[in-house]
Amino acid sequence: MDFDVIIVGAGPGGYVAAIRASQLGLKTAIVEREALGGVCLNWGCIPTKALLKSGEVYEQLHHLADYGLAADKPRFDFAKVVERSRKVAGQLNSGVGFLMRKHKIEVIEGTARLEKGTPAPKVVIAQKRGGERTLQAKHVILATGARARTLPQIGLEPDGDRVWSYREAMVPKAAPKSLIVIGSGAIGIEFASFYRALGAEVMVVEALSRILPVEDEEVSTAARKAFERRGLKFRIGATVKKLTKSKTGVVVEIETGGKTEALEAERAIVAVGIVGNVEDLGLEALGVKIEKTHVITDAHGATGVPGLYAIGDVAGPPWLAHKASHEGVHCVEHIAGQPPKNLNAPIPGCTYANPQIASVGLTEAAAKAAGRKVKVGRFAFRANGKAIAAGETEGFVKTLFDAETGALVGAHMIGAEVTEMIQGYALAMTLEATEAELHATVFPHPTMSEAMHESALDAYGLVLHA
Amino acid sequence: MTDILMPALSPTMEEGTLAKWLVKKGDTVAAGDVIAEIETDKATMEVEAVDEGVVEEILVEAGTEGVKVNAPIARLSGGTEAKAPEPKAAEKAAPEPAPSKAEAKSEPAAKAEPAPAKVASAKSGAGERIFASPLARRIAEQKGLDLSTLTGSGPHGRIIERDVKDAKPGAKPAATAAAASTERRGETRPVQSLQQMGIPEGSYDLIPLDGMRKTVARRMTDSFRDVPHFPLTIDLEIDRLLEARGRINKMLEKDGVKVSVNDIILKACAVALKRVPEANASYSPEGVALHHHADIAMAVAVEGGLITPIIRKCETKGLAQIAAETKDLAERARTRKLKPEEFQGGTFSVSNLGMFGIKSFGSIINEPQGAILSVGAGTKQPVVRGDQLAIATVMSVTMTCDHRVVDGATGARWLEAFKALIEEPLAMMV
Repeated sequence: MDFDVIIVGAGPGGYVAAIRASQLGLKTAIVEREALGGVCLNWGCIPTKALLKSGEVYEQLHHLADYGLAADKPRFDFAKVVERSRKVAGQLNSGVGFLMRKHKIEVIEGTARLEKGTPAPKVVIAQKRGGERTLQAKHVILATGARARTLPQIGLEPDGDRVWSYREAMVPKAAPKSLIVIGSGAIGIEFASFYRALGAEVMVVEALSRILPVEDEEVSTAARKAFERRGLKFRIGATVKKLTKSKTGVVVEIETGGKTEALEAERAIVAVGIVGNVEDLGLEALGVKIEKTHVITDAHGATGVPGLYAIGDVAGPPWLAHKASHEGVHCVEHIAGQPPKNLNAPIPGCTYANPQIASVGLTEAAAKAAGRKVKVGRFAFRANGKAIAAGETEGFVKTLFDAETGALVGAHMIGAEVTEMIQGYALAMTLEATEAELHATVFPHPTMSEAMHESALDAYGLVLHA
Repeated sequence: MTDILMPALSPTMEEGTLAKWLVKKGDTVAAGDVIAEIETDKATMEVEAVDEGVVEEILVEAGTEGVKVNAPIARLSGGTEAKAPEPKAAEKAAPEPAPSKAEAKSEPAAKAEPAPAKVASAKSGAGERIFASPLARRIAEQKGLDLSTLTGSGPHGRIIERDVKDAKPGAKPAATAAAASTERRGETRPVQSLQQMGIPEGSYDLIPLDGMRKTVARRMTDSFRDVPHFPLTIDLEIDRLLEARGRINKMLEKDGVKVSVNDIILKACAVALKRVPEANASYSPEGVALHHHADIAMAVAVEGGLITPIIRKCETKGLAQIAAETKDLAERARTRKLKPEEFQGGTFSVSNLGMFGIKSFGSIINEPQGAILSVGAGTKQPVVRGDQLAIATVMSVTMTCDHRVVDGATGARWLEAFKALIEEPLAMMV
């Protein structure tokens, strides 16, 4: 037996699982074909946040007068903006390398595939430095992640030049003058927001009836208005018929309610979803159950094949780094025989556009569809002292409580820094707080978080500042 | 540092009284040393140390009632050396032998704990904290659930929403069926104070309810209210039995064994249950359980209550063995040294008040048993034989039946079989 646990994929699911396994005294190896930290650190969460910060600061420069400040002709150097983003990614990537060494986790660079073995499948690694290595462990955890969905039949396929996925969109040579973003989920909206901040004409095409379709409808509506105020344009309920490349850029033919329209722009970003990385791993031969490009698992990540587990994006939505880490830790603790901590912990979601959007738990529509009677509280940041002082009065906090038990069932926020606040509600839900605990909690003044308190009060008709 | 936890002395035990400490702070203990005595519903048990170490702190005082299973009761600091793997304790400072006269009189927990306001969250007893999420507390309150009867599935056993959502008030957790049910029900029933019922305060002494009294109150109330019971009475002539007993005891004299009338009754009950197995039954929602063996429980009066130790597989045992067992069980019942498995379960009970001259009486069924036999005094009475008046020693017995499993005719057939065995003890040999 070479290892107790081998983890395939060193993204936020895999490398965190590896650290936890090491903490539990398991002899652990991790296989990565590209870069430690996975998409999250290298091509996703982190470098986009660096880009968005640049965009946000730049946008603020145009509002200096609001604060009694002035600067001459703000400009940006796009190459440096991208360079900063890459540096941030590089710093964190080496940080993961340090963590692996610190926890004595063997990092194997290469591409893994699985073969039948006992007590777990064998891991055969085509190593980057050449040669093949076959390892047998007691447990194998698949954490291979996911990638952007493409639809080549209608031209929705990145070419690295005019048509981008998130990956190319992060490192272009120049900022586009005009851009069509196809898909209004978190990824599409973040890039739309970033390039709009740098002055691009941006059109977002969404097939469903509203943008950010997984968010609460009120938030979707408010977000659209806020983005439109910043000059973003939207086509909602629009089906992409075809994307063709022209000499100057791209043409996207869409159909909205029977009417067709041809949109033109310099570049296009394809953000129409995610597919799991399940190919070329030998999963079919092992009899792993796969549905819609995702591995089917039980609550602990077990695939049904002895010794084989799957966590994170490859195990299905929501495709979020923190969900992957949570599953990784849970899976390893399960392997080590520890009792489960909390299988039902709600998973918050964040979109780092300007303004930010954050949510946890059920939307109002989902709660009602589940047959729950809810009390709804709302509080707008325009009535919050800190928000007014900061000039960030856009947005609101919406809370949903079960009308019978007072359980907090969902919270939805849009506004400045709400992504830093949502974990207050996530903690409340994990601890199974009711309105009583939220009402009784003291929120510091002046902070934007006071709106979280007021929203909970409002649900029970007790709001103080509205 | 190791916490010593309140042990579960039986699978169904939920809480107990920490009757007495045999060690004190600073004492050194070795694995296997008896460190405390725990009083459960019916028995006093000894707690042994599992680890060696020095008693750092006593966390639960002697005399504390309602100590939850698995609650820390004391803290041991690490052993002298690195924690040796379970030393089979040879030398160690022996704890001073339990001062025998200081019997485990549980101090009435008079120091009323400042009771948390909400019923659902508080648990009277020793005021021990129950870890439950706010949402779980609220749902429990809304549904009238007692959190202390639930097992938490959250971190560190915290009770969370999932644990209360599907729990039903009064639904007995399978394992603790009988034990758990009543205090809950007691709570729902409006209890009037003695004053409300016209008995002035100060006109009586109040004896606190100990574990046994609570259990008797609860189980008997449950049974009398919930089990549809009816009595069947029959007279038995026991002259032959008395004569047989005399001969048997003569035979056993050299062994120092003395068979009582009650021992013969127990044996006859067991044989009769084999002959009418329908009477050896328990009701359960899943069906009527017909027991393979006659495990006969005998009621033993003890100070402060009663207890029903069991003669297992009584139908397989000879009178000498039954006599030896009843003597031993009764003695240990009176000193409260029975193990839980010696008084829990049983398929049929016998209660005998003949020695007090009681002519006949009807007992309350000891759930989940299907019947209980109440045995009165044997007295010489005039009987009619043919057309002649004669004198016989007559004993009345009353069988109380759970009508859900033992119908009138079944009970009557059992009594018929029992009567035949008592009136002709030789029949037990057949």
